Amino acid sequence: MSEQTARLESMRVLITRHKRWDLVFAVLGVLALMVGVLTFVALFTQMVVEGAPRISWDFFTSFPSRKPDQAGILSAWVGSTLVMIVTAATAVPLGIGAGVYLEEYAPKNWMTDLIEINVTNLAGVPSIVYGLLALGLFVYGLGLGQSILTAGLTLGLLILPVVIVATREAIRSIPAVIREGAYALGATKWQTTSHHILPYSIPGIMTGVIIGMARAIGETAPVITIGALTFIAFLPAAPFSGEPPAGLFEWVMSPFTVMPIQMFNWTSRPEAAFHHNAAAAGLVLVVMTLSMNALAIYIRYRLRKTIKW
Amino acid sequence: MTAISQVNSIEGLPDTFVSDRLARRKLRHVQERIIEFILFLAACVSVATTIGIVVILLKESFVFFQQVSLWDFLTDTQWTPLFADAHYGIMPLLSGTLVSSMVALVVAIPLGTIIAIYLSEFAPFTVREVAKPFLELLSGVPTIVYGYFALLFVTPLLQVLVPSLPGFNLLSAGIVMGIMIIPTVSSVSEDAMRAVPMALREGSYAMGATRYQTAIRVVTPAAFSGIAAAYILGISRAVGETMILAVAAGMQPNLTWNPLEPAATITAYIVQVALGDLPHGSVGYQTIFAAGLTLALMTLFFNVLGHLLRKRYRQAY
Repeated sequence: MSEQTARLESMRVLITRHKRWDLVFAVLGVLALMVGVLTFVALFTQMVVEGAPRISWDFFTSFPSRKPDQAGILSAWVGSTLVMIVTAATAVPLGIGAGVYLEEYAPKNWMTDLIEINVTNLAGVPSIVYGLLALGLFVYGLGLGQSILTAGLTLGLLILPVVIVATREAIRSIPAVIREGAYALGATKWQTTSHHILPYSIPGIMTGVIIGMARAIGETAPVITIGALTFIAFLPAAPFSGEPPAGLFEWVMSPFTVMPIQMFNWTSRPEAAFHHNAAAAGLVLVVMTLSMNALAIYIRYRLRKTIKW
Repeated sequence: MTAISQVNSIEGLPDTFVSDRLARRKLRHVQERIIEFILFLAACVSVATTIGIVVILLKESFVFFQQVSLWDFLTDTQWTPLFADAHYGIMPLLSGTLVSSMVALVVAIPLGTIIAIYLSEFAPFTVREVAKPFLELLSGVPTIVYGYFALLFVTPLLQVLVPSLPGFNLLSAGIVMGIMIIPTVSSVSEDAMRAVPMALREGSYAMGATRYQTAIRVVTPAAFSGIAAAYILGISRAVGETMILAVAAGMQPNLTWNPLEPAATITAYIVQVALGDLPHGSVGYQTIFAAGLTLALMTLFFNVLGHLLRKRYRQAY
């Protein structure tokens, strides 16, 4: 009898000892997560402490300057906005088109396999390689120069895989019943796609587009590689302004700078005063990309909660 | 009305079937084909991008290698293409890339793996719901901001510990890069672990194993190829990372294996050249394509390896 209780006791000790490891690992996991959280908090605090005093109306409405306290990000945020317009105009139709083709139309053959493998691989190509492609192809090959158009097309190609993958996932989550219903009523493939599949997948596609755009707005390397200027103290001509009046799309060929390049330029200067400008530009950039990402996460969350097929 | 009567008269020849409706259907068919073709072209843009990258890199590198032998490129220990005494050895740039990537992996692999195991096997539902979007946000921060953080926050912090640390160094750039890669490593690893069938865990618990034992001895080995794929994706991101290194590690090519020193990486060199004003067609201009080709080949190797590994774990269950 006593032998049995002793064995039971030793088993209990064994179990407690092993269970202790559960606790140790759980604590370790939380600590590892904390490294990420703390880094983020430190990064954000650093930006706010260094940069927030510089944020003012003037900071947004002034051109860069040699005097750090007068310098602003006017040309940078206007440039970023215009580049993003071209990027969206490139990546959204191409990405959705490619995604729809691969999900709804593509036959099972080597060509489809090739496209699929290719999209996966493109997502892993470093962004600076896209910059080299743009330098060789757009800047010199097609003679587009160091323009907003070149930058927009480059970033458009860069985020294309993101949009394609998001579109495919959104379409794949629509049950086959919807398609069968449409076909049963005599709809063609395109009618089914444009009246049913695309409208239902818009929230999912939007998530991908927003995440892609957030990535594009923060991309520095490819835009530097095409040779974007860092000191721009003018804005691209607005349509129909100036003398002689500028054309509707004349701004796409204009030289430009973007937010991350402006920040890079200020960061790499030795004077501490410029570092405050860099922090302020960084703060604007972080708030912009994070709110875009948060919006995308929110849309996805809502989607998961509200839509039950 | 007419269509119905025609269908009823069976002996009617096929051409009597061409009613308005049928003609419209034919037109619709043509429309459908046109739309399909347009969508196909959109899908081909991604293939064209790859072809474009390969052609541009090979074309410019080909011109470069006519002036510089491949042997010099691979074995010369100096990289000074912009000096009068030009040397074209990729080794110094490669060493910078490898050392900074190693530092990043030393940070990202343990932390990423622990986070993945924790989120997949230990964390309560609410923690996971909060932590996953947060990690996503962490990977959404622009790299230039990380670069700023490495140069002006992490480096001064490290200088407190190591007073001799220069302002530009591979260590702080590598650490920050590692933290940036954690979400990549953890999310892909976690996906692999969640793909492990519940029955394996249940079997393990039924044998009296604890959570920790199940996680480490059952789930992790079962998801191993997926976890390895996550590591390889992390490596490929570290090798291709640009702005953190261009900002925080300096732009001086330096053949070193010491992370405490400043050194340029392949990517930082491309940025440095692009910032200057090199005439189109000069050897200096072509060097960035040769450097870019080296980089693209390295990342391609890792991506293909990661792809193969991930395919394996998908087939397993």
